[in-house]
Amino acid sequence: MTLLLDLALVAWLLALALHIARVRDDRNAIVAFIGFGLLLGLGWTRLASLDVALTEAAIGGGVTGVLLLRAEAHLRPGKASGASVSHGGKTLAAIACAMVAAGLALAVLAFPSPAPTLAPAAATALPSTGLGNPVTAVLLAYRALDTLLEKVVLILALIGVWSLAPDHLWGGAPSLRPDVVPEPLAYLAQTLPPFGVLIAVYMFWVGADAPGGTFQGGTVLAAMWLLVMLARLRPAPETRRRSVRLVLIGGPTLFLAIGFLGFAMAGGFLAYPESIAKPLIVGIEAALTLSIAATLGLLVAGPAQTAPGR
Amino acid sequence: MTAAWLGPATLFGLCGAALVGIGLFVVITHPGLLRRIVGFNLLGAGIFLVFGAVARRGAGAGFEGDPVPQAMVITGIVVAFSATALAVALLQRLFDLTGRETLEAQPEHLPRSEP
Repeated sequence: MTLLLDLALVAWLLALALHIARVRDDRNAIVAFIGFGLLLGLGWTRLASLDVALTEAAIGGGVTGVLLLRAEAHLRPGKASGASVSHGGKTLAAIACAMVAAGLALAVLAFPSPAPTLAPAAATALPSTGLGNPVTAVLLAYRALDTLLEKVVLILALIGVWSLAPDHLWGGAPSLRPDVVPEPLAYLAQTLPPFGVLIAVYMFWVGADAPGGTFQGGTVLAAMWLLVMLARLRPAPETRRRSVRLVLIGGPTLFLAIGFLGFAMAGGFLAYPESIAKPLIVGIEAALTLSIAATLGLLVAGPAQTAPGR
Repeated sequence: MTAAWLGPATLFGLCGAALVGIGLFVVITHPGLLRRIVGFNLLGAGIFLVFGAVARRGAGAGFEGDPVPQAMVITGIVVAFSATALAVALLQRLFDLTGRETLEAQPEHLPRSEP
């Protein structure tokens, strides 16, 4: 029975991917991609990776979908069907890509058995972190450096996006506003955010011991914020505002500060003293959740489009 | 042998391999840059799935999967999103400046030696 489900999921994923590759219309492809992201989230639950499933559904399907759909609407006026690659070139590319896929498939089939795993090591150290979710422990304790650097990458990407604004608009506000706001969207943007915020806080809080965590909670928060901005209930903030920038760097800065405190308290960068490991981790997560929500929301909002006010 | 063949780890690992191929094909052949960005995301999703198969096979110590690759995939998804956002912003700027969403040179920009 579950095999049937797996096969159906894989068939749908591949069919949607082929549809994305073949369909002429960009919007059609993006809608297929959103469906693909949600089904992929379901696939991740079949791989027993619930944390990844939540992230994939929220970011891979949801926020990326919003980003791409907005870009498609922006680019639509200039839709000129460019000269595509010649037929022979396409065949050549198809053969090369099939070979890459076949090579990877062979690698999948040739995975060593028994599989190498770090699960026992993660399990033995888990009590010292006070956490119950091993994935959160990896993200914020064992491999905290990766997570810290990833936050820096997010901020760098945002700086890159902002710097694409023309000079005279620097420091102004991005504009998310559609020309018309359909009634259902306005209604949704008024009703949904309280529930969304509650779900986001729950996801962040429960992430210490069960599937969930900063990324998932932060993405849901970002989605709620985008919904409010898209329905024109609140304008997007000016990118030069000090409060905006403080929220953006607050999480990474706290993370870095506690990392350096580790030298004094626990004898190493990003080491937590065992007695207060959990409160420290939850504190970092809380600040990171807010920073991630702000960063993701502003990444979707894009560069400034109105000049800064006085 | 058959159990390993039918398990979700192998099945989704193979699916990931196929997605890498399809995504790569879109990135190489599609003229529109927006579609190439979507293809880049398909490619990434395929790689993450292969890694997910690795995580599933590493089940042990009471966990249903190896948490280390799972955490790395979460990090990867977020980084892929930020790269996508930057690429989309670059594309929109290109479009605002040139009115095109492809990278082909306009005829007047071609070198004179072109027939």
